[in-house]
Amino acid sequence: MSTVTAALPNALSSARLPKNFPWMLLAGALLVSAIVFILMWMSGPEGSEFDIVGSILFAVAIYAVVVYVASRLVEGRRRAVDRLVTAVVTAAFVVALLPLVSLVFTVVVRGAARFDADFFTMSMRNIVGDGGGGLHAIVGTLLITLAASVISIPVGLLTSIYLVEYGRGWFARAITFFVDVMTGIPSIVAGLFAYALFAVVFGPGVKLGIAGAVALSVLMIPVVVRSSEEMLRLVPNELREASYALGVPKWLTIAKVVLPTSIAGIMTGVTLAIARVIGETAPLLVAAGFTANMNYNLFDGRMQSLPVFVYNAYVSQGANAAASVDRAWAGALTLIILVMLLNLVARIIARAFAPKTGR
Amino acid sequence: MTAQALTGRDRPVRRLGDTLFSGGASTAGAIILAVLAAVAGFLIAQSIPAVTTPAEQISILRGRSFWEYALPLAFGTLWAAALALLMAMPLSIGIALFISHYAPRRLASVLGYVVDLLAAVPSVVFGLWGANVLARAVQPGYSWLADNLSWIPLFAGPASGTGRTIFTAAIVLAVMVLPIITAICREVFLQTPRLHEEAALALGATRWEMIRMAVFPFARAGIVSAGVLGLGRALGETMAVAMVLSPALVINVDLISSTNPTTIAANIALSFPEAYGANVNVLIATGLLLFAITLVVNTIARVLVNRRKDFSGAN
Repeated sequence: MSTVTAALPNALSSARLPKNFPWMLLAGALLVSAIVFILMWMSGPEGSEFDIVGSILFAVAIYAVVVYVASRLVEGRRRAVDRLVTAVVTAAFVVALLPLVSLVFTVVVRGAARFDADFFTMSMRNIVGDGGGGLHAIVGTLLITLAASVISIPVGLLTSIYLVEYGRGWFARAITFFVDVMTGIPSIVAGLFAYALFAVVFGPGVKLGIAGAVALSVLMIPVVVRSSEEMLRLVPNELREASYALGVPKWLTIAKVVLPTSIAGIMTGVTLAIARVIGETAPLLVAAGFTANMNYNLFDGRMQSLPVFVYNAYVSQGANAAASVDRAWAGALTLIILVMLLNLVARIIARAFAPKTGR
Repeated sequence: MTAQALTGRDRPVRRLGDTLFSGGASTAGAIILAVLAAVAGFLIAQSIPAVTTPAEQISILRGRSFWEYALPLAFGTLWAAALALLMAMPLSIGIALFISHYAPRRLASVLGYVVDLLAAVPSVVFGLWGANVLARAVQPGYSWLADNLSWIPLFAGPASGTGRTIFTAAIVLAVMVLPIITAICREVFLQTPRLHEEAALALGATRWEMIRMAVFPFARAGIVSAGVLGLGRALGETMAVAMVLSPALVINVDLISSTNPTTIAANIALSFPEAYGANVNVLIATGLLLFAITLVVNTIARVLVNRRKDFSGAN
């Protein structure tokens, strides 16, 4: 923040550390830490890896201690605490980045081993050791997510229209409250619900693709309601009033004025909701089960999905454990790419369909 | 548009489109209420056999009563979530502060996006990463703790050889709830009245003193509710725990040994595919218990958020 830096320089203030001192110190700390860890690495057992995380953390620790002591000696206690907190807060951010970097790096490196044509053209039918692929899982994920979207988007969108345009009194308050409750349903409970629902209709032990889609809808509807409601509320009331003043009926006002104005935001929200449920594992494991075969029919028999494929390949590794784990990583890589693509699409939609101003 | 003249009486015209539209919209709202009622109803109906069937007839209980089976699971759920929150909370506040008050303005939105990416990673990928990468990375630390600090009950040991302990699972959970808590804290920090901040700085406060005196008092309610929402998320998280943990049905607070309490959600995921008969009912009953726990936690969060409605970003 510019105001912060502007407030500190003061002719009456006490001595200050040079302006580039923190950067020099950081470079110095990194250098010292690197030397220490390289020496440890050289003297350590043969074949051990260089500890990047450790060296970074050590450098941060050196920096924090030195900057506090130096600032305490030159600038006094208050500024020293301020500099220490700055170091700690920045370190918190770096620490949070570590898992993200490590995760993306591992998934890309280990997933690349089986990220080949076979993976996208074969199912796991009759595969015992290595080989095979995740086509059945990819198809299943797409079908189940599509079905979940077909259920959730109309219900979610209409509910948000109700809440913003029509809802008054206890019914609207009840819906708002229960949408909040629904947001908090643990994903596995949604899976159990779908299982219980279909067990009542088709008898116990039934696992269907559509049951998985119902479970995902329970998770997806509140997200869609929430994001669309927010977008609809952003539409200025003047637009609605202008439309009414021209004698346009309410439903046409909503369909021709309110929705087109907020369509970019709504589509972004829907895409993000899809991205959120496409990676759900637990409800599908419970409601849709798992299988090694292709299944294009949502209403007949078990259906594999990509997250469950990853989980299964890891948990029951079978005859050739290494091949199975490789498949799990390839599945994870596919899943991450899918989710990132959806996130990207959401951003592009938000840009491209945003209502044009200054016409 | 029908050109009806309002003859004397100003009765609003009910058009077919209006009826259909408002009818459809309120039906959709009613569907949500019905779904939630169905969730509760079906779970309760399927849970009843778990308590009424004699325990000897349910193989998964191994002779224990239902509550003896559910209690360690409930403990494990709360324990893992609490550990995760303990780690995620200070870190999230730090990250949120970094994005809202420390990072250069241009960088801040990019950094916020990077943290949001963490939320987009599917939980099964976190599980895979936790079991294969993180568990191995932290295992030497557990051995060291068992060797040097075993007089503390938390580190009683013996250390797990694989590193797949409840503490590792809690770390993965912490990473998963981090982006949620960070996003809310960031919003709340950004809503601090500018004049309060500038007044503090004008009185000669350093940046940290300004944050302590102006930002934190304003954001306290928001921080607490962010934490409770994160807790709700951590309670229900399944795959990360199921894949990282080597479970046992025990209650203990040892963080680093290979006998760990497991969580309700992870237990369902691991046992459900092979369950049959009344075993399914037992698992569904534990799911109902989980639902009840998260409901209580989330309600507390809502109450806290609603008490300070000004934080529109907090929900």
